[in-house]
Amino acid sequence: MTTEELLESVRQAFGAKIQRQAEFRGETTCTIAANDLRDIAKFCRDELLFDYLIDITSIDDFGEEPRFEIVYHLYSMPHAVHLRLKLKVPEDAGAVDTVLDLWPTANWHEREIYDMMGIRFNGHPDLRRILMWDGYPFFPLRKDFPLEGLASEMPDVAFTKVTPLEGGPFVTLPSTATSKDREPRAHPPEL
Amino acid sequence: MPETHAAAYDSKIEGNVIFTRFDAALNWVRKNSLWPMPMGLACCAIELMAAAASRFDIARFGAEVMRFSPRQCDVMIVAGTVTYKMALAVKRIYEQMPEPKWVIAMGACASTGGMYRSYAVLQGIDQLLPVDVYISGCPPRPEALLAGLMKLQEKISREPSFRNQKPELAEKLEEALG
Repeated sequence: MTTEELLESVRQAFGAKIQRQAEFRGETTCTIAANDLRDIAKFCRDELLFDYLIDITSIDDFGEEPRFEIVYHLYSMPHAVHLRLKLKVPEDAGAVDTVLDLWPTANWHEREIYDMMGIRFNGHPDLRRILMWDGYPFFPLRKDFPLEGLASEMPDVAFTKVTPLEGGPFVTLPSTATSKDREPRAHPPEL
Repeated sequence: MPETHAAAYDSKIEGNVIFTRFDAALNWVRKNSLWPMPMGLACCAIELMAAAASRFDIARFGAEVMRFSPRQCDVMIVAGTVTYKMALAVKRIYEQMPEPKWVIAMGACASTGGMYRSYAVLQGIDQLLPVDVYISGCPPRPEALLAGLMKLQEKISREPSFRNQKPELAEKLEEALG
């Protein structure tokens, strides 16, 4: 099946539940509601043979509401087609259903998102931190977390200190230029 | 270098006896048989391996016996980025090493955090351990590690080892000798 046929069958099955659909360089992104995730994911896996969950990523749209986005990158081995499912998660709800039973690889991806962003997953059997240690009090990839870190202390387990950033390689100066001027290569003409 | 003299008297053992200070002899033994604890945490560990291989051959300096048990090691070579998560494990391994012990901070990351100015990386292992020699480079070449090792050997040969290890006995001896 081609991408168009696959998308057509998704639309037939779920209709209005696909809130928005965008295509970029031959890959399709469907925006859906967090509540519909499991139904659509199950349909994609079982009916459309998206048997490979490449990655789950999360985005912090700090200052917007809802605050977080989660993106599921699916791939179908039989059809050789990519599909992205995107959903918004408000900060106060802060929980999404797990897809761990559909794709076991989601286990560690969801743990990483929990560790770095603090988004919880309903039904995850082992939602512990994976990169930072248990008991670390912050979620470091949130936009309101400073790059230099925050001090924390867990005696005999770990500690962190604030990093001096002066003269460091990642220090940026405030600029009024648009991101298009500052990072021209991040904005190819077709965008 | 410690001064040595051949025994001044004529006997069957002439030529097999040297006079030296106890510290000099002890330090000479220690510095030429430094067993490293290879604390390889990042790409510096690759250069550390190269230093141990035939082209550079750290065995020329008596430090070829990499031990993976801290209880058999003299010098910990911290080679790589020390994250906060790893930091206390490094410290624990250091604490398991028997005295006397030394630490080489190999490369920019182990010395200062290097290019990783971020929330996850300890900004230099010297915040946790007493470092004897820092080696610059990202990563340092094996020659730099060997140069650092030679610096450490120089440092060891200047140490008042006997006094460090048995301070009371050293004091008593000094009193007795006036």
